[in-house]
Amino acid sequence: MKLMQRGWDDGFEEASRRAAEATLATARARGLVDIGYTVVDSPIGRLLLASTRAGLVRLEYLDGDPDDTLEELAQTLSPRVLEDPRRTDPARRQLDAYFEGRVKTFRTALDWSLTHEGFSRRVLEATAAIPFGSVTTYRDVAKRAGSPRGARAAGNALHDNPLPIVVPCHRVVPSGGGVGKYGGQEWRKEFLLRLEGALHEAPPGT
Amino acid sequence: MSLPPFQRLLDEHRADVYRFLVASVGRQAAEDCFQETFLSALRGYPKLRDASNLRGWLFTIATRKALDHWRAEGRRPVPVERVPEREALEAANGDPELWRAVRTLPPMQRAAVIHRYVLDLPYAEVAQALGISEEAARANTYEGRKRLRSMQEVGA
Repeated sequence: MKLMQRGWDDGFEEASRRAAEATLATARARGLVDIGYTVVDSPIGRLLLASTRAGLVRLEYLDGDPDDTLEELAQTLSPRVLEDPRRTDPARRQLDAYFEGRVKTFRTALDWSLTHEGFSRRVLEATAAIPFGSVTTYRDVAKRAGSPRGARAAGNALHDNPLPIVVPCHRVVPSGGGVGKYGGQEWRKEFLLRLEGALHEAPPGT
Repeated sequence: MSLPPFQRLLDEHRADVYRFLVASVGRQAAEDCFQETFLSALRGYPKLRDASNLRGWLFTIATRKALDHWRAEGRRPVPVERVPEREALEAANGDPELWRAVRTLPPMQRAAVIHRYVLDLPYAEVAQALGISEEAARANTYEGRKRLRSMQEVGA
């Protein structure tokens, strides 16, 4: 039986890609995209942005491919995860403006679904209120979240921040000095603090 | 059990689903059927219980859309110049006579033959895609082939 000959595959990759794009547009219009994501470049490396209909739900520093994070989102929120730059565009534009120094306060809508209600959530909300250009301590953030002796727990909550940069956990530093730890690697924390003019001393080694 | 991000299904299977649909309904209708297939998949995806054969699940949906299309086609007169087989023939790049013959098979035989010989699927997967037993998949493929052979003999 000879139904196919060589050359049959020509054009199918491209044609199906176009059909998939059209499908995405319809899926979006019908509210079938629960999580839309995109990968963007930034001065501190590639970022994965993921948004629900409520707002930005995850921002991740990508040192590898996004598969693990997407898998995690599929399991914890919804498997209807689709690459959709339109969905994440509001957040992307604010981030661009932030890195160019044009935006000091993020006004993008946030979806807190990935943070447990309670102390962690209060820590991140207190962190979101720290103004551009200033820093505070773990102890202070813990206090503002209602647990003056919870500096260590606050540190853990900040380490698990699903929305770095936008929820500026980089503005929380140890009371003893130095920039302290950062889930997204310390050089990024330094970069962000310097960008905001909150880091005055010369970085080590320069 | 965990379902992968839907994007991965789309990336991994879209070209094969598209190929199947072009073979089944022609290039013109393939795009609509493709959209309907993936939208319907996306709608049901969060409630899917068994993630062990996602490809089979997608092809089951695609087959259903192709069958719907054939049934609708059968009910409505088609302008001669636009018969889907012509479009599929151009797309298929295979033996035009044979393709024309495939289009005349009853829906289940047609679907079985396309799954078995265009997508090169084992009978177990043909059966799953068509929602029938493995024996029925074999029987439909066998009947389809037999008809095709007799048509070719007549034509020769």
